[in-house]
Parts: sequence; structure tokens; C-alpha cells
Amino acid sequence: MKLARVACTGAIHAAQPQQLPDGRAGVRLTDGRTLAEEEVVWLPPLEVGTVIALGLNYAKRAQELAFNTPLEPLVFLKGPGTLLGHRGVTRRPRGVEFMHYECELAVIIGRGARGVRRTDAMQHVAGYCIANDYAIRDYLENWYRPNLRVKSRDGATALGPWLVDATDIPDPGNLRLRTYVNGKLTQEGNTRDMISGIPVLIEYLSSFMTLDTGDIILTGTPEGAVNVDIGDEVVCEIEGLGRLQNTIVGDALFGR
Amino acid sequence: MPLGPRIAVTMDVSPYRLSGAVYGALLNHRTALQALGDDINRPPYNGAPRAPVLFIKPRNTLAADGDPVAVPAGVAELEVGASLGLVIGRPACRLSEADALEHVAGYLIVNDLCVPHLPYFRPSIPFRARDGFCPLGARVVPRAALANPDAATIRIYLDGELRQTTSTAELVRPVAKLLSDVTDFMTLSPGDVLAVGVASPAPRVRAGQRVRIEIDGVGRLENPFVAGMS
Repeated sequence: MKLARVACTGAIHAAQPQQLPDGRAGVRLTDGRTLAEEEVVWLPPLEVGTVIALGLNYAKRAQELAFNTPLEPLVFLKGPGTLLGHRGVTRRPRGVEFMHYECELAVIIGRGARGVRRTDAMQHVAGYCIANDYAIRDYLENWYRPNLRVKSRDGATALGPWLVDATDIPDPGNLRLRTYVNGKLTQEGNTRDMISGIPVLIEYLSSFMTLDTGDIILTGTPEGAVNVDIGDEVVCEIEGLGRLQNTIVGDALFGR
Repeated sequence: MPLGPRIAVTMDVSPYRLSGAVYGALLNHRTALQALGDDINRPPYNGAPRAPVLFIKPRNTLAADGDPVAVPAGVAELEVGASLGLVIGRPACRLSEADALEHVAGYLIVNDLCVPHLPYFRPSIPFRARDGFCPLGARVVPRAALANPDAATIRIYLDGELRQTTSTAELVRPVAKLLSDVTDFMTLSPGDVLAVGVASPAPRVRAGQRVRIEIDGVGRLENPFVAGMS
């Protein structure tokens, strides 16, 4: 099942995909109403706990950034304020030279996990969604890198559109990822090229911290992250999970 | 939208509860930068930090006053990170230094524990985000209880013996400046905690010992340390 959280007419609703009679993409709310995709406000598809993210988890991406493959997973955390839903906007600050998207498979933890072996790890996965984990490289510093100013900015981590049940994705280790900027394909990869796959990541993380229901793991991005500018429409697509759209906006919208 | 704090604190001012999100500033005490000496200008750092260096203490780390803290197997000692914690009272985005403190509901003690590590190049999650590694004081005192958050005296006791006395007067970014710089890119919400910084060298604690942190005007936080399984 695919489930979204959307806001419309004064409330937050669970919603499922529903094609409209005219062929457009839409949603059906639990109460039976059917609406076009742009008639609702899309929220992150679940109430998220701890946000864990991976750096350099695709070999070619590490080469692209001139890094050696890390010896153990490179993990960082993000705060709750950085999350936003499908069809959201993300701010590109004035004067920045290199801001890029990162299309990533997000793994949602179901049953809590502590000291889990990789062979049992997938029992702790509730489902998946797409993440677009923006970074502004101008702000990178060499202290606990990537620092929060690069990676935990307000509204710079899009999640969605749907939370897709784990049972609907039999092989999360073989999913095609693609990013389009203004309709042009700019990034293409496959989750089979992750350095540390989902079971290894859950084993690693749960070896030193308890993972709880609603925690999410953003599993890293393949090569091909290019600069995006104000007005660009960025669509991240993962096989079986849908397409997550975001638009880059400038400071003016925020009164800056 | 963190999913609720695991621990309850006494808080008699709005918002009356913590959100569960705990952030902290690293290298924000002069002694912490001084301890690095000339290494600051060498690889991998190549210069002092420009923006605030922040960390997140995820929900699995939160612990209450009195809770035993597990020292992981294979780790001899932990660093005690005694810090003044700001509890946010109002949505805080792009604060000016002048009105930053108006957004603080009160203060509590934060113990930002970590496994000793160097260098500080990569995020310290395996060292800093272990279960129980963030004991929080039992009480949030209202803002008015601390006349000047930039002159708070912090004492760390190990098994009752005073090991360190330090002050927030030595912060690289004083409280209002820190709030202003952090909220330029990251909105803080009511009930969020921001630990303002830890002095160096941080006292170290072993399993079998007790740590007590006192901050004048804020209170005390005491936790026993025990041997952990993993």
C-alpha cells in the first residue's frame, strides 16, 4: 500500500493514489474524497523520529567527490525542521555557488532495533519513501563534516510522496533512482550500487544506538548531483516509490 | 516533529514540556579551541570553524537525572560534556542578537557525553549518539532565574570530588550570538534544547563512578555510570 499525509480543507488526511477521470494524477482521502495532486498540501508521509543520513554510500559518488571509500558508514543526523513534503519549495540563499539535490532511498524503521544482525535486519523495516537531501556545498566546513548548516537547513530535505509498505518492495537492493531537473535527466543510479546495503546499515547503526519506530535512514545518493538554481523543478524518482517533486526558490519569498 | 521526549522534566513556564529535539554547539568554548592548538590550521581542518559547529542528540540518547548511563564495552572512559542548555520558548527563526533571549523559556543542565575521539573531521554519531548519552537536568528554570546566561558557573564532580569549574563567560559565541547564528539556517521550535558549549579538557568518567554537574541558578544533574553490554 502507498499512503500519503496531506492537508486540505482544514485537516490532515491519509491519502492513497487515485487517477482522476481526466487521466491526471490524484489522491483519494480516507473519507472518500478524490482530489487532484495540486489541490492538497503534501506533508512528509509519516511523523518522523530520528533522521539518519549516509554520506558517500555509492562508490562512484565518492570518486566524484575525490574521497576514498570510507572504512565504516559515514553517518550524520538531521533535525526535524529540515523535512518537507512532496511539491514543496526549498530556498537557495543569495550568493551561493553550488547547491545540489540528492535522490535517496529512505528506509523507515518499523519494529525497534538494537543489536540486530544483518540477516534479521529487514524485519525491522516498515517501508520506504523517496528523499531529496539537498546540500549547499559553499557552507561545507571540515568540522564534523557534513555540518548542519549544509545538511540540516530549514525545508531542505523533501520526503515522499508516499510511504510504501516494505511488502510492496520485494528487492530494495535493486531499485533504479533518477533525478530530473526541468524535465532533463541529470542523475541515474541503482540501489544495488550502495557500498553498505540496508541490512548492513541497520546492523551497524543498531550496534550502538536503538532504532525506534518512525526513525528513518536516508541511504545516500549515487553520482550525478548537479547545481540547481532558482526556478528549477527537481523531480526524484525511485522505481516502485513514485516521483518526488520540489522547486527551488529564492530569498525574496522568505522576506530576506 | 520529533516523536515526543522519553523523559519528563519539570517546567513551570510555557511550553511546559520538551519537544525531544536536542542540539548542541561544539568547539564553542575558548578552551576547546585552545586545546587543538595549531592543529586548527592543519589538515583535515585547514582553519578555525566559521559557522557554529552543531550536533544533534537523537531521542535514544535522552536520559533523566539519576538514570544509570552505560559505558559501552571496549570503551574505558567517557568525556563528560557539562553544558548550559537553552530551552526554546517561542518559534525562533532568524533572531537578532538583541531579541534572541526573549525566545528562551528557561535553562536546564545538559550532559553531552561522548566516547573520546579525534579528529573532529567526520560526524561523531558512533561516539556521541549512543543510548543514554544525553542526561538532562530534572528541572527547567525560568529565564528570569538566571540573570546572565553568559556568566553561569558550571562545576563537575566525580564521585563527589570537584574536577572542573568553568563558566559560560568563555563561550566563543555568547548565548544571544549563538541563537542568532543558528536560527539563520535552522528554525528552533518551542521545547527544543540548545546546549551552548563544553569546556576542555572534559573530565572523564569510568563505569562505577558518579558524575554530578551543578550550574549556579539552574540546579544539579547526577548520574551513575555502569558497565554496558555493547
